[in-house]
Amino acid sequence: MHRFANPARFMRIATLIQPWAVGVTVLTLAAGLWFGLADSPADYQQGETVRIMYIHVPAAWMGLFCYTAMAAFSAMALVWKHPLADLLARATAPVGAAFTFICLVTGALWGKPMWGTWWVWDARLTSMLILLFLYLGYMALVNAFDDPERGQKAAAVLALVGVVNVPIIKFSVDWWNTLHQPASVVKMGGPAIDSTMMVPLILMAVAFKAYYVVVLILRTRAEIANQKLRVIRMAQVHAAGRAEIQA
Amino acid sequence: MTSLESFLSMGGYAGFVWPSYALAAVVLVAVLVASVRAARGAERDLDLIQQTRRARRGGQPES
Repeated sequence: MHRFANPARFMRIATLIQPWAVGVTVLTLAAGLWFGLADSPADYQQGETVRIMYIHVPAAWMGLFCYTAMAAFSAMALVWKHPLADLLARATAPVGAAFTFICLVTGALWGKPMWGTWWVWDARLTSMLILLFLYLGYMALVNAFDDPERGQKAAAVLALVGVVNVPIIKFSVDWWNTLHQPASVVKMGGPAIDSTMMVPLILMAVAFKAYYVVVLILRTRAEIANQKLRVIRMAQVHAAGRAEIQA
Repeated sequence: MTSLESFLSMGGYAGFVWPSYALAAVVLVAVLVASVRAARGAERDLDLIQQTRRARRGGQPES
């Protein structure tokens, strides 16, 4: 694992992976949209609104996935002081927040015609809203200090404390009475969903994952460059200070 | 009704289905564009500052 903690090595691997990640995103997204919007049937109960699922469900998965990744990177940063782990956690937060936001809004757009309401304060919806606030809190905290290392440490602790919310979201539909339907894809006894709907769902999930990889690489590249810039500028300030003392 | 019209009407749920897809597209494109610009901007600044440093040292290679 330590081999990947080296920014130079990360850059080499990133340049290798990036075009593939872009290609996978474009192809699976195009296929997912085709199967999701055109070449899959309407649901016998939900009609055409079922097509919202191909955005809503993969976005929800990504909201949870990105948070878990962010917490894992934060743990690596706190425990092993990987120089890259902090940057990867910071780079993950906005992507996770974006997917969680998409999940919440598409959920409201799906809830209105099917449940008759945009929003209910039940376990699944509320815990998902808390997930969004955890992302926003993390992003605010990580930039709240003049010393970026202090901000990263505080935000990493927040990310780790908030990870308790991830299983709560996953099992909220089993633990509490909720308007939200229980899991139908990842569950005991195999998925309870027809393959014509499973195909676009999986394609969109892969597209979102690949999109995350693309953005993660871009944002981590920006973080690495910004960190180098900070070091150079600090050195310049110190050098200027020494010159002034000597003069 | 043509097939395009029936496709766009989404069985009467056009007002819910299309905004879902549009919102996802807008948010994901916005995050992508911001990330591309952040990476390009930071790497350009770094290149610039490293070039001026090299020039100031009279073309000496970085120690």
